[in-house]
Amino acid sequence: MIHISKRPDFNRFKGKYAGLNRWTGFGIHLLVRLIGLVLALAVSGVLIYAITKLNPIDVYAEMANGVFGTSRRVWTWLRDLALLLLVAVGLAPAFKMRFWNIGAEGQILVGALATSACMIYMGSANIPTPVFLLIMGIGSMLAGALWGIIPAVFKAFWGTNETLFTLMMNYIAIQLTSFFIPMWEHPKGSNTVGIINAASKAGWFPEVFGQQYMLNIIIVAVITVAMFFYLKRSKHGYEIAVVGQSESTARYAAMNVKKVVVRTMTLSGAICGLAGFLAVAGADHTVSTATAGGRGFVAIIVAWLAKFNPGTMAVISAMLVFLNKGAITIASKFNLSNDVSDIIQGIILFFILGSEFFINYRIQLAHEGKKEEK
Amino acid sequence: MGTVLTQIISLITTAISFGTVIMYGSLGETLTEKSGHLNLGVPGIMYMGGIGGLIGAFLYETNAASPVPGVGLIIALASALVCSLLGGLIYSFLTITLRANQNVTGLTLTIFGSGLANFFGGSLSKLAGGVGQISVAVTSSAFRATQHLTDGIPYFDEIFCNYGFMVYLAIIIAAVLSFIIKRTSIGLNLRAVGENPATADAAGINVIRYKYAATCVGACISGLGGLYYVMDYIKGTWANDGNIEALGWLAVALVIFATWKPLRSIWGAYLFGALYWLYNFIPGQSRSMQEIFKMLPYLVTIIVLISVSLRRKKEDQPPSWLGRSYFREDR
Amino acid sequence: MENIKARAEKTAAATEASGGGRVPAVEMIGITKYFRSVPVNDSIDMKIYKGEILSLLGENGSGKTTLMNMLSGIYFPDSGSIRIDGQPVHIKSPKDALDLHIGMIHQHFKLVDVLTAAENVVLGLNESFRLNLKNVRREVASICEKYGFTVDPDKKVYDMSVSEKQTLEIIKVLYRGADILILDEPTAVLTPQETRRLFSVMRNMKEDGKSIVIITHKLHEVMDISDRVAVLRKGKYIGDVNTADTDPQQLTDMMVGHRVSLNIDRPEPDNVRECLKVEHLSVIDADGVKKLDDVSFTAMGGEILGVAGIAGSGQKELLEVIAGLQSALPGSSVIFTDRDGKTSSLIGKTPMEIKKLGVHLAFVPEDRLGMGLVGDLDIADNMLIRTYRDGAGMFVNMKKPRKLAEEIVEEFEVVTPDLLTPVRKLSGGNVQKVLVGREIAGDPSLLMSAYAVRGLDINTSYIIYRLMNEQKAKGTAVIFVGEDLDVLLELCDRIMVLCDGRISGIVDGRTAAKEEVGLLMTRLETEAGK
Repeated sequence: MIHISKRPDFNRFKGKYAGLNRWTGFGIHLLVRLIGLVLALAVSGVLIYAITKLNPIDVYAEMANGVFGTSRRVWTWLRDLALLLLVAVGLAPAFKMRFWNIGAEGQILVGALATSACMIYMGSANIPTPVFLLIMGIGSMLAGALWGIIPAVFKAFWGTNETLFTLMMNYIAIQLTSFFIPMWEHPKGSNTVGIINAASKAGWFPEVFGQQYMLNIIIVAVITVAMFFYLKRSKHGYEIAVVGQSESTARYAAMNVKKVVVRTMTLSGAICGLAGFLAVAGADHTVSTATAGGRGFVAIIVAWLAKFNPGTMAVISAMLVFLNKGAITIASKFNLSNDVSDIIQGIILFFILGSEFFINYRIQLAHEGKKEEK
Repeated sequence: MGTVLTQIISLITTAISFGTVIMYGSLGETLTEKSGHLNLGVPGIMYMGGIGGLIGAFLYETNAASPVPGVGLIIALASALVCSLLGGLIYSFLTITLRANQNVTGLTLTIFGSGLANFFGGSLSKLAGGVGQISVAVTSSAFRATQHLTDGIPYFDEIFCNYGFMVYLAIIIAAVLSFIIKRTSIGLNLRAVGENPATADAAGINVIRYKYAATCVGACISGLGGLYYVMDYIKGTWANDGNIEALGWLAVALVIFATWKPLRSIWGAYLFGALYWLYNFIPGQSRSMQEIFKMLPYLVTIIVLISVSLRRKKEDQPPSWLGRSYFREDR
Repeated sequence: MENIKARAEKTAAATEASGGGRVPAVEMIGITKYFRSVPVNDSIDMKIYKGEILSLLGENGSGKTTLMNMLSGIYFPDSGSIRIDGQPVHIKSPKDALDLHIGMIHQHFKLVDVLTAAENVVLGLNESFRLNLKNVRREVASICEKYGFTVDPDKKVYDMSVSEKQTLEIIKVLYRGADILILDEPTAVLTPQETRRLFSVMRNMKEDGKSIVIITHKLHEVMDISDRVAVLRKGKYIGDVNTADTDPQQLTDMMVGHRVSLNIDRPEPDNVRECLKVEHLSVIDADGVKKLDDVSFTAMGGEILGVAGIAGSGQKELLEVIAGLQSALPGSSVIFTDRDGKTSSLIGKTPMEIKKLGVHLAFVPEDRLGMGLVGDLDIADNMLIRTYRDGAGMFVNMKKPRKLAEEIVEEFEVVTPDLLTPVRKLSGGNVQKVLVGREIAGDPSLLMSAYAVRGLDINTSYIIYRLMNEQKAKGTAVIFVGEDLDVLLELCDRIMVLCDGRISGIVDGRTAAKEEVGLLMTRLETEAGK
């Protein structure tokens, strides 16, 4: 008989852990995660070998070269990392409040649409770049916020299931994008929007410190740090933490739970919308139904695994974007489809999710006759 | 007059053949959700079922000297079931045994499944040393074979007999599921597990076994949706266009629309199919407006979701333990 | 006081003699059960005979439910043995218990809401592949007829009243062939009429040769229904008496024991003034059950008003209404008078509005980690619950709460590794110190506490008593909801006794006798039953 019991919650830097001192506890935590990661890489390695008959270690080396080989690759990696991190940062307040916002994909997309609309309709107005960027940023945030507010209001007032509501909002956003594509089509008949303002570069992120993607990174870094303090130190952040823990405590503390839910989702949606702005004005310079590219979903996993800690989110985002870019490199090198990156990403996430169990629960052989409850 | 009728018949047949994909997905998910597990990996499982069937049929057709359609059909069916079962097992092991978060695990499964399917869909013929698009015409013909029953009654065959066997199989599965859930002890126990696992546990029901069974059988049924899409709807080829994923999410939506009742999934699926393709039958639409029409299934689902929460009719609510893991010592 | 024990022992011996010839249906021998190294059942010997109704009597926390849970397979005893019909048995799960024909009806029903009565009855039995509800209906109907129940087998549980649900639980147990039925506080949720109906059913079951144990602390019910009474006190078996040979007075004595001297300070009230005037307060819960019925009283600044009563008599609702967390029926009035004589009505106000009125209200709720504190946050963060809005700007000022946390940890000797430890990881006593410390730090005019010393060790309890007295000395009106009568009698200036949501009496804490309060806790229903 195996007996499973809950481990007392472990907080990395706080207090003792099941009688062990904090560093031993931290060590166990880290060890479990590492074992999970190594197993995941091993399983992916076997898979890679089965498909390509290549030494997995060479393949992983090739992946590293594909991501870090040139400074341009590193910058692209940083840009994509920043984008994924921004979405995760946007989701963090919602998830900390235990509001399952599965709708980041849609929120990104409407943000991207708002940005594209600004670029297309105002691109020839010769607005100074900083002002123009500000307008686009605000527009994208408003669009994302709207996408967040709608399910939040229904959840707060009538308890409508937010998981499925936000999921459906994604598809409304996708169809909305498909609605605009024929209107913004360029060239005609391509059924794509094409590069917006390719000649004038109006609304494109300017180079900062000589780097094309520096602005993306600065924006995300600022928001990430701001979110850290917002969640940790602000009155709103405090309300989010309490509402997420227990609604009755929130009421006891004289909080307006409905207001907190709607306000937090407004913020969450707005930041995800801003990610759409970054994706269009700061990276792709076009918009399609694939602009969000599954980041809305991956970011959920990032935020969840990081327990909403922005630092940990950055680490996990870095790893996932590395895998994604690396896998695409080997895929093109061996003439395989890019989708191999999703497979490896899935396997690694499965192992990380599974390893949570060994952190949260203690497994021991049951002692006869000691079936004590509570 | 004649053209209107033809249009209507055409819409009905489109709705039925398209809706069947969604129906499979939603029937599997209904069964899973009845045990209290919200599996957002349905799109991934449908992908796995689709690619599994395709790989099985492809290996058979490339290796057999003269492939027989019936054999290909059985191989495709079996390999689709094995692949979707694998997806179900990954999800069950993580969420039931390891108690990982259901939403996050499901989303990961969707990422994994779509990656796996699109990878093999895109590279399979290359891997096997061939060139060009993958195609399993022989097996697909078995899936698409139709049996016309009558000749006399006008339009009857056109509307009711114009489909491969999997369209009818879906209806049978819906009826069987409905019977099992509503009329058998197993179904009663399953409902109790999803509603209140602690009570079920106290009544001597093996909660873990029921959850595994419902999730895995559910995954197999969902996976058949992918198989049907690949073998019948797109005629034994592969398209890396994200359609299965969209259909998978529609399937999750249909579960809500059908308020967790398999029989309602039947007409719900056909309605979704009709709503999805409605733009084709309304003349004079611009391409943009067509896309707005395609929002309908999602909008309808949101409306259902809202009205379910407003009415609070107990029969139409999700299983009350949906999304939460059960640990006996938590009580 | 000595003679009580002697009387109990004498009657217990008499029962032993009278039961001599019969083989008991259940025999529990030397049953001991520890929870966290505290004995909740201490070598208990008890017998249940065939065809009798046995009342298991005891105060809250005396170990009644735990003892019966070991019979129904929820817990397994740490030591001791159980015999059924003379045969030694091991009961390891509810299923084992049912196989031995033991069925327990818990206080919290184990029913599936969306299923019908009949479906709940056959749940998990797997009698046949195809559900044959026709047979079930017939069987249920015959059980109903036999014992005088009424239940509609096709009614959904969510449509049922509490008493219907209870009936269904009993039928469920009988359908599974139980001969020994244990009912845990079955009347707590019933109206007097429903109680009478239940009792008549119980008598019918007794006629049929079933053994019935009813766990209760209501004396009049004990006298009304049972053949024999077994009394537990603080985990120990005090004795058993035949109902016919006893009276409520003797049972009260056995149940509460002699008055323990705790030596809690009780300074004379000083500068007493009216602080809170509650009039005609009535509250109904979500199911429409009346939780408070026309309650009127005054809490004075500078005194401690104790609230006694059986758990669930309306204490929680009373405090939550005053704190603005529940709404009251029209006609209720709660008037608060501050130290300057300014009055304000608290009824219908949200906690925020009450705060804005300038009313300094402290509330130590029963559910410390579910309502009073946030388990995942550390001590300093938990200090913020009342004050996080203070100060301008969007950020929380962390200096003050951190200082307050340090002060509380130091002053009340909170055992914690550091200030950053989530409060959930602290022991119960330390959690309560943190909570009470925070609440009194706001310098309240009114301090309400619910079961403030529950689960605490003696030392911590005395710290809490001291704090209550300090508040009293400052002129705060203290409302102290308690369960231990000895404590209430030594700490409080006045004691208000609640029974079924009504005030059954307000007595002077200095002069009242424990037995008097004990009887008031159950008295109303006897009057209503007349």
